[in-house]
Amino acid sequence: MRLCAAFALLALAPTAFADDINAGDTAWMLTATALVLFMTIPGLALFYAGMVRSKNVLSVLMQCFSITCLVTVIWMLWGYSIAFGGEGAYWGGLSKVFLAGVGVDSVRGTIPETVFLTFQMTFAIITPALIVGAFVDRMKFSALLVFVAAWVTFVYAPIAHWVWGDGGWLGARGILDFAGGTVVHINAGIAGLVTALVLGKRKGYPTTAMPPHNLSLSVIGAAMLWVGWFGFNAGSALAADATAGMAMLVTQLATACAALGWMVTEWIVHKKASVLGIITGAVAGLVAITPASGSVGPMGALFIGFSAGFICFFASTRLKRAMGYDDSLDVFGVHCIGGIVGALLTGVFCAETLGGAGFGVESATIGGQLVAQVTGVLTTLVYTATATFIILKVVDFTVGLRVSDEAESEGLDLALHNETGYNL
Amino acid sequence: MKLVTAIIKPFKLDDVREALSEVGVQGMTVTEVKGFGRQKGHTELYRGAEYVVDFLPKVKVEVAIDDDLLERVLETLINSAKSGKVGDGKIFVTTLEEVVRIRTGETGAEAV
Repeated sequence: MRLCAAFALLALAPTAFADDINAGDTAWMLTATALVLFMTIPGLALFYAGMVRSKNVLSVLMQCFSITCLVTVIWMLWGYSIAFGGEGAYWGGLSKVFLAGVGVDSVRGTIPETVFLTFQMTFAIITPALIVGAFVDRMKFSALLVFVAAWVTFVYAPIAHWVWGDGGWLGARGILDFAGGTVVHINAGIAGLVTALVLGKRKGYPTTAMPPHNLSLSVIGAAMLWVGWFGFNAGSALAADATAGMAMLVTQLATACAALGWMVTEWIVHKKASVLGIITGAVAGLVAITPASGSVGPMGALFIGFSAGFICFFASTRLKRAMGYDDSLDVFGVHCIGGIVGALLTGVFCAETLGGAGFGVESATIGGQLVAQVTGVLTTLVYTATATFIILKVVDFTVGLRVSDEAESEGLDLALHNETGYNL
Repeated sequence: MKLVTAIIKPFKLDDVREALSEVGVQGMTVTEVKGFGRQKGHTELYRGAEYVVDFLPKVKVEVAIDDDLLERVLETLINSAKSGKVGDGKIFVTTLEEVVRIRTGETGAEAV
């Protein structure tokens, strides 16, 4: 019934709204959208590709690129509607499937709705792409596509609605998550851990040496992520205004501090600073400042940055080794832990007395805000872990998740794509 | 005729090549190889994952020479390839049964 109504709506001309769109806001949001897409292709794609063995370099690039294409279509078909189509507490409904009712003149806030939905689409794209890092070198390509389609539909879009959608229940509780600490990073991070556990370790892990085959690519990718993240954080202001300006500043500060924090920690612990360390530290800082970017000031950013660099260093090295799981590219250690650090510290540094922009909760206390933050964190962890596990099991039952032993030894580039990355 | 195979440190290749030309060696074949003897490898560390790398990069130089050049070639090789530190390499001398120049079909001492 709902689908028929949606199709019927397609035939109607969209209502032009009385509010004028703001040219400055629109210009910035068009740019921010491009920047966030750039974060996935080629930013994240290169960041990850450089870290795997050369026989799998193309498979990583293929996964990121194909996820971009697939999620684009899914977002249009039903993702946008579930996330932003309506005012339910738990989902946005189906009124905007196939982008019904969205036309060239539709407005959302001070920008065209087309720009808003494309901006949000780039977030829906990068979140599943982040999970890729946890299961590199061993997942079937067909399984990946089915998994991502289901995951964006049943995990990403609902959580995006709970936090950012009109009427979403987490947003209604006053949670502060400006650009996606819970929606993107904790979400992808815990999904990464679950996937790494369900798929199992790479053959030969941890005794066989699997060093990054081309860290130069990873550095280039990390730099692209940093630049693109201005679109991610400052763009989440949905306007070209003072909030966006502060978001840009705190993003830069936190990233630099996290990179230095990781670098110094590594220098002390391992006696040398490394390139892989400094770029991972930078990404950890970007992750941690993501929920905070609309609420904290410069001093808060410094603290959040250094904390993320320090804590994520131990989460990615000590914790991973101790627990024995093969989260190959530290999706959990950087995105989940970094996201949690950021989400919790947002609850502290949003206070105006600490240079922040103010609370989201009515009680207007740090304690009250922390309760909202913790609610968001725990909700995401529990819901995503459960839903991801179920989706993985269904995909395994239908398509099969993991490649064969021979394919894994041969390398996914040849086994799954009939190509080699380097024909030197 | 002898085949002289020398495993040397990569940065010594230019010195060895020049020195061999000066004693009359006309050609050589060079391959990039990995290996170890008494020289220890190194460790690499990636986000807490430590790998011990035993194999060190070396260069293999092969020259085919007339028997009477052997002493001078060995002396030249040793002098030009030596750095005095562990890992300088080794030289293997084997007897060549036949040598053929492909373009002209010459064999034996004329083909070397």
